Amino acid sequence: MREPARLRRGNWARTETYLDWNATTPLRPAAAAAMTAIFTRCGNPSSVHRWGRAARHAVENARSAVGALVSAPPESVIFVSGGTEANHLALLGSGRDRVLVSAVEHDSVLRAVPEAERIPVDRDGVVELEMLDRLLAADPRPALVSVMLANNETGVLQPVAAIAAIARAHGALLHCDAVQAAGKIAVDVHAIGADLVTLSAHKLGGPPGTGALVVAGELELTPLLRGGGQERSRRAGTENLAGIAGFAAAAVAAAEEIAVYDRIRRLRDALEASVVAVAPEAVILGAAATRLSNTAAIAMPGVAAETQVIALDLDGVMVSAGAACSSGKVGPSHVLEAMGLAPDLVGSTIRVSLGWDSSEADVADFLKAWTALYRRCRGSSAGARAA
Amino acid sequence: MSSSAAAVPAHRREADLGNAMPIYLDNQSSTRLDPRVLEAMLPYFAEQFGNPHSTSHAYGRIAAEAVEQARREVAGLVNADPRELVFTSGATEANNLAIKGAAHFARLYPHRGQPRDHIVTLTTEHKCVLESCAQLEREGFAVTCLPVEPNGLVSLDRLAEALGERTLLVSVMAAHNEIGVVQPLAGIGALCRSKGVLFHSDAAQAFGKIALDVEAMRIDLLSISGHKVYGPKGIGVLYVRRRPRVRLLPLIDGGGQERGLRSGTLPTPLCVGIGQAAAIAAAEMTDEAVRLRRLRDRLQTGLARCVPGLRLNGDLEHRLPGSLNFCFPGITALELIEACPGIAVSTGSACTSASVEPSYVLRALGLSEADANSGIRIGLGRFTTSEEVDFAIDALADAAGRLADQASVAGQGRGPI
Repeated sequence: MREPARLRRGNWARTETYLDWNATTPLRPAAAAAMTAIFTRCGNPSSVHRWGRAARHAVENARSAVGALVSAPPESVIFVSGGTEANHLALLGSGRDRVLVSAVEHDSVLRAVPEAERIPVDRDGVVELEMLDRLLAADPRPALVSVMLANNETGVLQPVAAIAAIARAHGALLHCDAVQAAGKIAVDVHAIGADLVTLSAHKLGGPPGTGALVVAGELELTPLLRGGGQERSRRAGTENLAGIAGFAAAAVAAAEEIAVYDRIRRLRDALEASVVAVAPEAVILGAAATRLSNTAAIAMPGVAAETQVIALDLDGVMVSAGAACSSGKVGPSHVLEAMGLAPDLVGSTIRVSLGWDSSEADVADFLKAWTALYRRCRGSSAGARAA
Repeated sequence: MSSSAAAVPAHRREADLGNAMPIYLDNQSSTRLDPRVLEAMLPYFAEQFGNPHSTSHAYGRIAAEAVEQARREVAGLVNADPRELVFTSGATEANNLAIKGAAHFARLYPHRGQPRDHIVTLTTEHKCVLESCAQLEREGFAVTCLPVEPNGLVSLDRLAEALGERTLLVSVMAAHNEIGVVQPLAGIGALCRSKGVLFHSDAAQAFGKIALDVEAMRIDLLSISGHKVYGPKGIGVLYVRRRPRVRLLPLIDGGGQERGLRSGTLPTPLCVGIGQAAAIAAAEMTDEAVRLRRLRDRLQTGLARCVPGLRLNGDLEHRLPGSLNFCFPGITALELIEACPGIAVSTGSACTSASVEPSYVLRALGLSEADANSGIRIGLGRFTTSEEVDFAIDALADAAGRLADQASVAGQGRGPI
């Protein structure tokens, strides 16, 4: 087959500035190479003939690589269609009657168990440990606690190891949605003490449509999808072979290049410092907490987030007003509301997220567009006040 | 960035097998990705990598438009409205969503207080349908698994008898993954509609191979797979009728994508892939069916000439163009497969072929355990050539002859009983 030259990222037109890496990332070249190798072959990993065995081999190699990303053994990795499915499998499959989730979880956690009890967070978006302890102590039923490692909207990291210790003291299981954290910071399943960890490929340079639930220890899971005996009967359906191979290659590359986030942190910090220098009333949300190095949640008080995002888009700068989920969804972010922020601040916050390829030029493009927008808005509001 | 050291050597090792790989005649378990599908997908892996739900910016909107174009292509091939399609991770998920989703909705919101808690399916359905039904049975639903006729087809009379006041849904596979038979979909659909029963059909094997029309066949829920039709793995579609509206509870909730029926970031390149696969099938299906039927006949007559007692499983007339399933008398399928390393065929469904149990599908046709153990599934596909078919005839006939000789020698060796 012809070499698919276009399956190499990095040459897309640089007329636009992509700063929405928490929504999705471009495919890493290593992932593209691994997938190209698979796409030109056929075979179902469950088939016993040679094509099938070769496919099985690729899946099992990938399982080791994905496990290694979070220091987990291969057999603990269940491949699924993405983070949303993994979160459902964890929350619905654990068999625990009682589920507690932090108030800043992703919708795929919150909606998996709508009746789950909410653990409050402080103004920086960090789970209140004492409240968790009190909630767990209040009800003796075996519980599952679900707390994300890094928040998708603010980048705020949760003290998951401390949460795990509290959960364990009460006999509760801990699920950790590490979709945004994995590949950006080192994640060790045992160090964080989680029983279940959710991973997504397309947030770390793998393809969309693939994710994993990592199950530490011997935990029986009730499957969400039933059928053939794939994934040791924990997840039926023919494995997304190319996606899984791409996920693995991306995981390996992400782990090797994790130091790039030191550079990203400097870029992000410079971006935030410039924003505040231009607009003293601008607020960086979660700034007092430990955060991912790539995420900035920036409020421009008085200017609706939607207005900002549209204006920036017109200038070729792509950011978001929060999670990229149901299209056209407007409404205040539950994450920012849970942090107790004033509605004015909640409604005027945009998310700027960087990635391994982000450059000073990207930051400069953003600052230029953002500053122009800010001046326009301030000018018009100053004008309105004057009038 | 060429540093995926841990993953790459293994792939390279596999690539080295290249020339030695057997001729692929297992197109029911999975198909090779059509190069034209790959070509269509590539830009969305690479430069157009936006999240289709990030509609506030250009990359997101480009991805979203590609997804909607794909939705139109798939819808067109089954005469559906694009808004009736829900992208899933594959046919297994689509089947789980259709069956459990309809059942759970009906339990939560009984129509006019009339409980509908009975599901009818066939004993020969795919595991993911049977397992979904079994789960519902554990939850208190009633499930009837109807037997099929010896030719693998459902009897409409028997089906009509099985439908009662409380029947919610009938699930019948459009074309069978092991024996290739095509069920009388229009007849089933008309029957279900007349009784106010939902008709779900698992069309993982049929989509893109034979004509499907959700209107003419009165299908309410239709499951589609990407990788069975020369598209990518990891993507499928569930068609959900809008008029009269079929209501489901989602299996996977969250961001509210796919009209709330299936949350999770849509994998744009995979959506584009199944869309392109549908577009190619729409253009080529008719001619391709003629070509495949000719190859299939060539294989069947060639084998029948060389293998005495060869028996075809499943109805010959109502059958997918590329699908065959034979019993080689007195030889187990596993022996035969081992004796034919040059071709890749299977004993049945890939999902269960690692197990040593005889095919439950062949048993359901009334075959003895020994006969069921001798069943071989052969799947011809878009990239199968007549030379490959001839090679397969020779390889299978040769191996069958040798194995039969060995068996008779061994039988003589045992002496009179």
